[in-house]
Amino acid sequence: MIAGSKLEKTINSGQFVVTGELGPPKGADLTQLKHHAEGMRNHVEAYNITDNQTAIVRTSSIACGATLVQMGLEPIIQIVVRDRNRICIQSDVLGAHALGVKNILCLAGDHQKFGNEPGSKGVFDIDSMQLLKGLKDLRDEKKFMGGEELNGELSYFLGAVENPFADPFEYRVDRLEKKIKAGASFIQTQCIFDLDRFERWMEMVCERGLHKKVAILGGVTPIKSLGAARYMKNNVSGITIPDELIERMTGAEKKKEEGLKIAIETIQRLKEIEGVAGVHIMAIAWEEVIPEIVERAGLYPRPKV
Amino acid sequence: MIIAERKPLEEIAAMAAPYKRVCVLGCNTCVAVCMAGGQKEAEETATLLRIHRKKENVDGEVEVFSIERQCEFEMIDEVLEKLKSYDVIVSLACGVGVQTIVEHVPSLRVLPGLNTTSMGYPTEQGVWKERCLGCGDCVLDLTMGICPITRCAKSILNGPCGGSAEGKCELGKDVDCAWHLIHERLSAFGRLSDLEEIQPPKDWSKSHHGGGARTSVREDVRIDRG
Repeated sequence: MIAGSKLEKTINSGQFVVTGELGPPKGADLTQLKHHAEGMRNHVEAYNITDNQTAIVRTSSIACGATLVQMGLEPIIQIVVRDRNRICIQSDVLGAHALGVKNILCLAGDHQKFGNEPGSKGVFDIDSMQLLKGLKDLRDEKKFMGGEELNGELSYFLGAVENPFADPFEYRVDRLEKKIKAGASFIQTQCIFDLDRFERWMEMVCERGLHKKVAILGGVTPIKSLGAARYMKNNVSGITIPDELIERMTGAEKKKEEGLKIAIETIQRLKEIEGVAGVHIMAIAWEEVIPEIVERAGLYPRPKV
Repeated sequence: MIIAERKPLEEIAAMAAPYKRVCVLGCNTCVAVCMAGGQKEAEETATLLRIHRKKENVDGEVEVFSIERQCEFEMIDEVLEKLKSYDVIVSLACGVGVQTIVEHVPSLRVLPGLNTTSMGYPTEQGVWKERCLGCGDCVLDLTMGICPITRCAKSILNGPCGGSAEGKCELGKDVDCAWHLIHERLSAFGRLSDLEEIQPPKDWSKSHHGGGARTSVREDVRIDRG
């Protein structure tokens, strides 16, 4: 056991894991975030708190995470390398740890060009791989990135992201292996719509035995509308949506219900794929639907660990 | 080479408006190659500026000439007396040229006529691409001669990231993913296993971020003026 978080315990128990995602608000009122968190209290092991996702200014992930800790819930703090240098990131990790955060997800972050401060200066002092390795060494070797010694102990559970839909496809398994080497104990993937491609990726992952070294949580996003599907297909980097799916949404009478059905079918298929340890549900601006998805996908009640 | 582009004429005209005797000074090296500030562009800029000033009823005259390189004291010295006869110089050199004149002849008033963009080269007629950020610690040996510090939008040393699709960067289809290119070259040379190694955080202290403008000193070639 590294951090003793519920996420880690559930992964270690070998049971299918469910995590959800919460996007902090564009303001300091956390009422809605708390409401959404409360609504899925019994449906997810832990909650990803995004870090200024798509480079849009929002309440900090650590502040929202600490709020969840106060509610007796478990956050997975996202940290992107776009906005902070290694001094600030390490300082924030110490602060998050002090506030009771036990899970950290390391990622690069969308380029600031896409956000609401396109004139800002991207930091990118380190990359996501170096962040992962740096935080692993800080925890395990008790050494800061610059080599100085850490006072005391740290015990957080480290995760990373991988995108099986990015290119070069063959490199995506090498990169996963590299992230495991750098310190990832769990992986959350980009939203899965192209299940055939995801299966091909998982086959390669299992061939190398990587699924035994890291818990892979498949990313699932329910599509709220045809417009949302089209938008993601054309505008969101790293997401592939097959034409059949767009056609299915086009033909559906009740779009929201169809979107939910697709998400539930995706989860059911993911459960059957060798090496998939769980799902990470990213219901963008539709957080209230997560409990229903979990229940209808046959993942409720959640295991006690 | 250094790549620059001319500032909008209105901006140059507004900067130069308070001055009567204006000199548009071209620079015939880098910025002449990128067609922003050589003799030809200096003449063109001076002509446009004259027309603009006439329209706006701004008094005075605009003259034009150019020197080989504005970034060398010796070349500035050759035209020093002439430069001193103007109220202002609109330099069509890169930012280095403007500052070289100011540092060498503090009494001169010099305005930037160009926006300096990058270090790079032309890939075709009319297209210049940035290729070096001057980070002070070259990694091109690790990356098959393709610079990820410059060409990757996130300066990633362990790429490609999850935003790379069909060889293009998440920034857009007109931007090549540097790490895709590096991956291709490593593959072609049978060196893909190079990517297995985790490259450590970069030492940015050798770059501009290490403490502002850098000074390079070569004691072996310095002249002892003692």
